[in-house]
Amino acid sequence: MSGAQEYRSANRPLLTVEHLTMRFGGLVAVDDVSFTAFDREITAIIGPNGAGKTTVFNCLTGFYKPTVGRITLHREDGEMYLEQMEGFRIAAKGGVARTFQNIRLFPHMTVLENLMIAQHNPLMRASGFTVLGLFGFSSYKIAEKAAVDRARYWLEKIGLLEKADDEAGSLPYGDQRRLEIARAMCIDPVVLCLDEPAAGLNPRESADLNDLLKFIRDEHNIGVLLIEHDMSVVMGISDHIVVLDYGKKISDGTPEFVRNDPTVIRAYLGEEDEEETAAMTGGEG
Amino acid sequence: MADLSINAEKARALDMGALLKDAGLTAFVAFALSISLVGFQIKDASGGLQLITRFGDVAVVTAIAFIGRVLLFLLRRGRGRAVLISSAVLAAVLLLSILASMTPDSLPQAIVATARAVLPFGNVVLSSVMLIVLVVLAVRGYQVMTHSVHEMTMEERDREMDKVAARVQKISLFLGPLALVFAIALPFMPFADRRIVDIGTLVLTYVMLGWGLNIVVGLAGLLDLGYVAFYAVGAYSYALLAQYFDASFWLALPFAGIMAAAAGVTLGFPVLRLRGDYLAIVTLGFGEMIRIILLNWYQFTGGPDGLSGIPRPSFFGLPFTRRVPEGGDSFATFFGLDYSSLHRVVFLYYLILALAMITNLFTLRIRKLPIGRAWEALREDEIACRSLGINPTNTKLTAFGIGAMFGGFAGSFFATRQGFISPESFTFIESAVILAIVVLGGMGSQLGVVFASILLIGLPEIFRDLQQYRMLAFGAAMVLIMIWRPAGLLAHREPSIRLWGRDKIGKKAEVHS
Amino acid sequence: MESTFEYFLEQLINGVTLGSVYGLIAIGYTMVYGIIGMINFAHGEIFMIGSFIALITFMILGIVGITWVPLAILIVLIVAMLLTSVYGWTLERIAYRPLRNSPRLAALITAIGMSIFLQNYVQLLQGARNKPMQPIIRGGIELMRQGDYVVSLSYLQMFIILLTIVLMAVFSLIIAKTSLGRQQRACEQDQKMASLLGVDVDRTISLTFVMGSALASVAGVIFLINYGVIDFYIGFLAGVKAFTAAVLGGIGSLPGAMLGGMLIGLIEAFWSGYFTVEYKDVAAFSILVLVLIFRPTGLLGKPDVEKV
Repeated sequence: MSGAQEYRSANRPLLTVEHLTMRFGGLVAVDDVSFTAFDREITAIIGPNGAGKTTVFNCLTGFYKPTVGRITLHREDGEMYLEQMEGFRIAAKGGVARTFQNIRLFPHMTVLENLMIAQHNPLMRASGFTVLGLFGFSSYKIAEKAAVDRARYWLEKIGLLEKADDEAGSLPYGDQRRLEIARAMCIDPVVLCLDEPAAGLNPRESADLNDLLKFIRDEHNIGVLLIEHDMSVVMGISDHIVVLDYGKKISDGTPEFVRNDPTVIRAYLGEEDEEETAAMTGGEG
Repeated sequence: MADLSINAEKARALDMGALLKDAGLTAFVAFALSISLVGFQIKDASGGLQLITRFGDVAVVTAIAFIGRVLLFLLRRGRGRAVLISSAVLAAVLLLSILASMTPDSLPQAIVATARAVLPFGNVVLSSVMLIVLVVLAVRGYQVMTHSVHEMTMEERDREMDKVAARVQKISLFLGPLALVFAIALPFMPFADRRIVDIGTLVLTYVMLGWGLNIVVGLAGLLDLGYVAFYAVGAYSYALLAQYFDASFWLALPFAGIMAAAAGVTLGFPVLRLRGDYLAIVTLGFGEMIRIILLNWYQFTGGPDGLSGIPRPSFFGLPFTRRVPEGGDSFATFFGLDYSSLHRVVFLYYLILALAMITNLFTLRIRKLPIGRAWEALREDEIACRSLGINPTNTKLTAFGIGAMFGGFAGSFFATRQGFISPESFTFIESAVILAIVVLGGMGSQLGVVFASILLIGLPEIFRDLQQYRMLAFGAAMVLIMIWRPAGLLAHREPSIRLWGRDKIGKKAEVHS
Repeated sequence: MESTFEYFLEQLINGVTLGSVYGLIAIGYTMVYGIIGMINFAHGEIFMIGSFIALITFMILGIVGITWVPLAILIVLIVAMLLTSVYGWTLERIAYRPLRNSPRLAALITAIGMSIFLQNYVQLLQGARNKPMQPIIRGGIELMRQGDYVVSLSYLQMFIILLTIVLMAVFSLIIAKTSLGRQQRACEQDQKMASLLGVDVDRTISLTFVMGSALASVAGVIFLINYGVIDFYIGFLAGVKAFTAAVLGGIGSLPGAMLGGMLIGLIEAFWSGYFTVEYKDVAAFSILVLVLIFRPTGLLGKPDVEKV
């Protein structure tokens, strides 16, 4: 069984998933999946549609309570069991940020406001839970300025500085994708979970995205978890790939290893071949 | 060119069959609607109930529906001239008969009688409304005839109104202070008699309630159909504190706010996780529950009799009474004025103006704080908020509690103004009116609330003589405004923070246009 | 007295009767909510209009001399259903259809506005005073007797319960078997897709309002002949209770609406019978809150998994 093969890395483990299982009624969306994501690495989770990738993400970020399993976040200040925490605490206390498959910005708020909301918790503390802020204490003003600076930094990074005061919902699709990543980075995460960030991007945008993700990994020193269909993105930037099929892990290793894993080729790439063959024969007939 | 227009004429050639079918159907529906409730009236008589028939009115309703539909049909087909002429003629007949029936003494008997017979429903008010509609139709007909307008689609109209709202928002920098100056000067205006000041006070009460609810509905997007409950809690808190502990208005005011906020948090806690519509029905239920408790807890709230003798507010300890308290001054003697009952009325006016302004300033300020932004973010997308580490329950609870607090302040003002409160004043319809003010004005728009309050509270109050049509018109106005502009009259969102300042946006827009 | 089985039985009968009224109104709420996702706040007013039309028709029948009770009730039911559905149809056509793609709040405010309008419309046309009616069905079966205390099931109550059951059965058949029912269910799932497949969405929604209004008018008739007094304000409370019933049963679910209606009716009857009449509404709302906290989609509603 190739699932027994586990990826090893010299880096510190960041997130350990053990025996994760998620059932919806009779449907087993994720079936006894275990893997480890390491610090300062990009870990890609790939698999055909319906393999349970997004469900894994939803369990990691607290939107679903897993039926069985343990999810351990190894922070420098201690360990956290994410499956026991409420979703917003996973983000606030654990520092696990995420984006969504169908972008979830605050469409009627401006780009800058979107990034300010991501810094809600530190700003709340600085505003004395609103009381000090109401009376215009300088501590809040300083904190707000720092928050704007951080937002400005990310806006520069994603090339949206000019559009800071535009409504987020009015941006082109690619900009919205990047803004969502910048927003997630504004919560100052230790893990960034990206759900199909390259979906709907053109090749140039896709290449930009690769650079952005590498930058985040290398300059901000955090772990990135990635669900992606675009193989150019996956093979180009991932340090580590976990392959799911029908809710089960079928392969786990370096891009090199996964690419040559016969199980993956059979279950994943092979299936695609079959589809293509079917499409071709269908076209001829 | 000429060919084209002829073709266009041909294409628009009137399909009489379609016209008659359309108008006939409308008339039939109008007939079916009116035959029962308009056609017969159940009257109390000595021997029980009696039926009175009003078939004439049914015929009038049916005819109006038919003619109205024909005119609309013609308008849609671009027959501006026909619409203009026929509605102008109808309007003239209507106007003459209204005038004739209103001045029966100066005209011969026969003419007055004819006029009254022509007058639909024999009712001046309804006829005047129809007159207005006909005039509007005539104007539209003229516009279509001269091609000065084209039939706008809903989106086009919405975009137009968005622009208007944005412009209003821009000039609100001046408009706001201007309105405030007007509000401050109102009691000293030459036309301001006691009635005007009273209406102003009432409008401001609703402005304050609207601003309070705007925090909950407009900013946080929580649909609250029971806001009046907190208004009631505030009013009863003050009345009871005054009754049992002799608390003065100023002492009781913060307590009333705290009580209302506590009620808001207590009621909100179990239900705030519910989705929009469920929340609406549960808050409606809470509103009713609080009213029922007030109605039935005789020993404490006086039940349906309510609480009376609620102390009036004083001006920093100076009472507004004719009788000067022993060893002290009244407001009039302290300032060397002659006693006038108007002093208190004006003082109450300024009191609610101040309270409302506090609510406004608070809202404007909190929008720029993290909690205010979190409210708006929650309204936009709760799931995204959770992924960013925002605690949705706490954030919603603060909105609910703070909104309730301002409702409580307004409630204690209501109690001290009236001097008497009973559960009668806190029915669901009040919640509906306040919500309507927020939504009609344009969700989240502070100026919209003022505008809607004047429209919904001030105007009907001025037309008090038409008492019986007041609520009818109120309901109809709610429907018409919503259909006309679903986002609310002055809906426009101003960013809570800008990187580039206002001017940059303006410049960019100019470049683009 | 209050501890006897007889007393219990009496409350049970009262509760079921009241529950029929709520259930029939609740179906209108649940169907409209299911198909266009809005709270039709004016639905209570449609019920009230139904009861007024029924009273007027009864009086006309009295004048023209049709006094054989079964025939009179049949005619009243038909007339009330027909004329009330015109109100429901018009309501949707002029007030709700223009707002179908607007924010939910706009539709809700419009519905509240229509509710206020219709209340005042009836008050203006028919006066604000209570309208009492003589009971038309008398007598009943004695179920139990204990000393002077008699528990009976009146013919009226039997009729009401029977009528409700028949209507429910017919109605469920329409939804389950006819093409109209299929179109309705299709529109509930996905309006755009339904219209692409040739379903006339506008017509289906109109018919939903017509059916809901017809059932509400039956509730109006039942209310009139059971309680014998109506006024222009009965729609509000009955409407709120019926909506509560719809939510309690699981909004969008027809059996749920009936179950919710029965439960609210029973809670009210028993609360009034054993505790205090004054707080019966508080009891009904409290149960609603409890159910929503522990089962947010109501008793028979499908639990919806949050889509992320």
